Amino acid sequence: MTVKASSGFLSRSNFGPKALAILIALFLIMFLAVPVAKVFIVAFQDPSTGSFTLINFVDFFKTSLFRESFWNSFYVSSVSVVVASIIALPLAYFTSRFNFGGTVIIQTLGIVPLIMPPFVGAVAMQLLFGSNGSVNLLLDEHLGFTIPFMEGLNGVIFVQSIHYFPFILINLSAALANIDRSMEESALSLGSNGMRLFRRIVFPLSMPGYVAGASIVFIKVFDDLGTPLLLNVNNMLAPQAYLRISSVGISDPMGYVISVILVIFSLFAMWVAFLALRGKDYATTQKGGGGLMKRDMKPAEKFIAYAIVLFILAVVLSPHLALGLLSFGTIWSYSVLPDAYTLEHYAEVFSSAGDFIKNTLLYAGMAATIDVVIGTAIAYIVWRTKIKGRKILDYLAMSALAVPGVVLGIGYLRTFYQFDVPFKDIPLANYWLIIVIALAIRRLPYAMRACVAALQQVSVSLEEASESLGARKMTTVKRIVIPLMTGGILAGFVTSFATAAVELSATIMLVSSEADAPIAYGIYVFMQSAAGRGPGAALGILAVVIVALGTYVSNRIIQKANQKNAMSPDQH
Amino acid sequence: MTQNKSTAGISIKNLGLSFGTTEVLKGVNLEIEPGEFFSFLGPSGSGKSTLLRAISGFGPDPTGSIKIGGEEVTGLPAWQRNVGMVFQSYALWPHMTIRKNVAFGLEERKVSSTEIDGRVDDALDLVGLKHLADRTPGQLSGGQQQRIALARTIVVEPRVLLLDEPLSNLDANLRVQMRRDILALQRELGLTTIFVTHDQEEANTISDRMAVLDKGIIQQIGTPVELYDQPQNRFVASFLGTANIIEGSITEGHFVAEKDFKIPVKTDLTGNIYLVIRPQSVTISETEVTENNRSYSLKGNIEYSEFLGETVRYSVLSNGHSILADESHLRGNKIVANGQDVWVEIEKDQILLLDR
Ligand SMILES: Nc1ncnc2c1ncn2[C@@H]1O[C@H](COP(=O)(O)OP(=O)(O)O)[C@@H](O)[C@H]1O
Ligand SMILES: [Mg+2]
Repeated sequence: MTVKASSGFLSRSNFGPKALAILIALFLIMFLAVPVAKVFIVAFQDPSTGSFTLINFVDFFKTSLFRESFWNSFYVSSVSVVVASIIALPLAYFTSRFNFGGTVIIQTLGIVPLIMPPFVGAVAMQLLFGSNGSVNLLLDEHLGFTIPFMEGLNGVIFVQSIHYFPFILINLSAALANIDRSMEESALSLGSNGMRLFRRIVFPLSMPGYVAGASIVFIKVFDDLGTPLLLNVNNMLAPQAYLRISSVGISDPMGYVISVILVIFSLFAMWVAFLALRGKDYATTQKGGGGLMKRDMKPAEKFIAYAIVLFILAVVLSPHLALGLLSFGTIWSYSVLPDAYTLEHYAEVFSSAGDFIKNTLLYAGMAATIDVVIGTAIAYIVWRTKIKGRKILDYLAMSALAVPGVVLGIGYLRTFYQFDVPFKDIPLANYWLIIVIALAIRRLPYAMRACVAALQQVSVSLEEASESLGARKMTTVKRIVIPLMTGGILAGFVTSFATAAVELSATIMLVSSEADAPIAYGIYVFMQSAAGRGPGAALGILAVVIVALGTYVSNRIIQKANQKNAMSPDQH
Repeated sequence: MTQNKSTAGISIKNLGLSFGTTEVLKGVNLEIEPGEFFSFLGPSGSGKSTLLRAISGFGPDPTGSIKIGGEEVTGLPAWQRNVGMVFQSYALWPHMTIRKNVAFGLEERKVSSTEIDGRVDDALDLVGLKHLADRTPGQLSGGQQQRIALARTIVVEPRVLLLDEPLSNLDANLRVQMRRDILALQRELGLTTIFVTHDQEEANTISDRMAVLDKGIIQQIGTPVELYDQPQNRFVASFLGTANIIEGSITEGHFVAEKDFKIPVKTDLTGNIYLVIRPQSVTISETEVTENNRSYSLKGNIEYSEFLGETVRYSVLSNGHSILADESHLRGNKIVANGQDVWVEIEKDQILLLDR
């Protein structure tokens, strides 16, 4: 191998990656750092004089509606974490500690809710669980009481917990699965057993995984705009921010104050997760270890376990069921089931909502492309070059995680309403391309992780082999690295695509005309009127199909890529 | 820490164990004396860990009987056996300090907290790591973790100590030091100990007696010297050290193998036989040697040689059979060239004949 002289900023071997790094940094600064900074500046600015002030925050906490919204958001997020935990705990425990036949159902449970954005099912859930919904009608008729599942904040909590519990399930299962049996066996041979063993060994070892999952759920619920909006619960922070900006206007400081609070809470939750995980690499499984300690269930235990799993499955599938019924039903109100069934809503959607679908495919496709291009570039720059400050790119891209969609939307409106699109007489803030960029920025952290994972599967020695045979850096990247990363990059593309297709919170702020709107916005618009619910639900089903297909395809791609990589002897 | 009064012998009778339909242990019989240092030696997958885990109460229920100090323990759960087990991976709990790890077993036994403090200190002293008491396992080196795992086990004064490949995760130098320390500790405590290893040097240097396992069956039990000098079957002969093993049969007072390989032997055995001879009992000579009352002589030809430092190992082809011969090496000795004709001397009283 030759040792390259790495002298001078513009040395030939480094010029390409450096130029690329600078371009990406500019893009991220322009479309992530600047808009968010703008939001912070406006929040701390006196609206009339422009000087630094805390008066906006004082005003915020003086207004009872905002105080109430603040506590409601906090309350809803916390209770959602609790409810999601109650759903996730038994499931994680069954799969990781027992030889349980229902494990496949549980794994499915871990994905099914995620393929439908919570706001899509929200309205349909009211028809199943609302005060005049199917369940309560049945309860009232047979047992003489009703349960306020969907009243006010309860509805948000219910819908969000069902949707987000998989994050806890996945993280907790992984943590439990990482506890080597010798951890428990050594405690057993020292005289511990049963609940004491669980409390002293298993529980503390799985705690970091649990906290990581719980903090994700907290952030997601705290930031979510679509669900409360569709359930018409407006006294929470994200809806308030949206309503202030869309009704009072972009100069009203309250939207910015709320944005700052949302970002701070996101950061806080991430910090808690970081603290929980720091220095606690409790993954104890290892070579020579025995893997998990699992035992068989007794018949009675099995019965109870299946009952719990099937009950949770029914609850988790209820939004899908309700949405399906709504999309095929004629009139559905004050009755257990719709009066009759029809295909009319689908016909309407296909005849009038073609633009929504076309826009969705275009926006999500473009956003996902941007994501994997930038994601691959950052992965390569950060992990395979020695460019100074390369880590900054990584942090910059990852920081998008702490920026809720509403905040990004508000930031874009404020930053880009003065920039006109070249050759067109409209501000960038109102141009459809800005939606694409917002989607790309929002999904970038996930796509980038996928690309980094893919790159880490490509051994450095493969690159060195190519270089020692005389290939230059660019050639090596093109002919060796990228082809080997294809599986991971594709998976990143598909996940980005599928989730961008149903993103509402940033989109809703940036859509300036219905002709430019994607499916998520269309669903929101349809669901506003009683007559639009049927077509809205049909559109929702369409969105679910898109996301489900995307998830399926990306899983297949990852599996294929893993099989292929399993054949190469050198992996990390 | 004082001499362990509760140390116990182990008696295993006709033990069998299966994972599902695969039989992993078959007809195991074993008597281990109180205070003995005993090893299980065998290749990977031979069932050593499974046997050890059965004694400590883990894994599928075995058939047959296991008695510790005369008490039948099959059917008793692990936490009631008072058997100390040190895991190959050490299995220190990462969420507890070293002190907490070591105190765990005493806490489970509801020992008073003042006594716990004293006993934990003593145990940490014994392994020489008292100064690390307030660290967490992640901050310790492999060797230190190993000592803590030992301290955590012996602090509860178990009836027997079981060690599953305790040295396999350490580097070579530390391994030698650690095995001496373990032996010294065992002698000090007088604690019946079973040590599992696939490394014959480890087993030879540390054990009072050992059992060689293969395919879930105990092949032979004895002191290291007995097993080396008097292997009872081909597996033990080839697993311990290096041996020339030639397949043949006894005909008219001679051992006869393929291709006219024939040497006279005195034996009561008949029929199919293995002839076993260690390389150090074979010498080569470049000048002709004839049979004498000490050794037989065969003509051969050097196939290849390996320089090992203390010795040079020659492979000599004689009558179609490759025979290894070790010659001790002194400074300046020259190595016999490949292809050179030589005479191979085999010491008569070092020949071992085994039934096939
Ligand atoms: N949990 C298990 N399930 C099925 N087979 C097992 C299990 N554990 C060990 N075995 C089998 O039992 C045999 C003995 O294993 P083990 O006792 O671990 O061997 P050793 O410790 O001597 O390397 C091996 O063939 C192994 O494949
Ligand atoms: Mg083993």
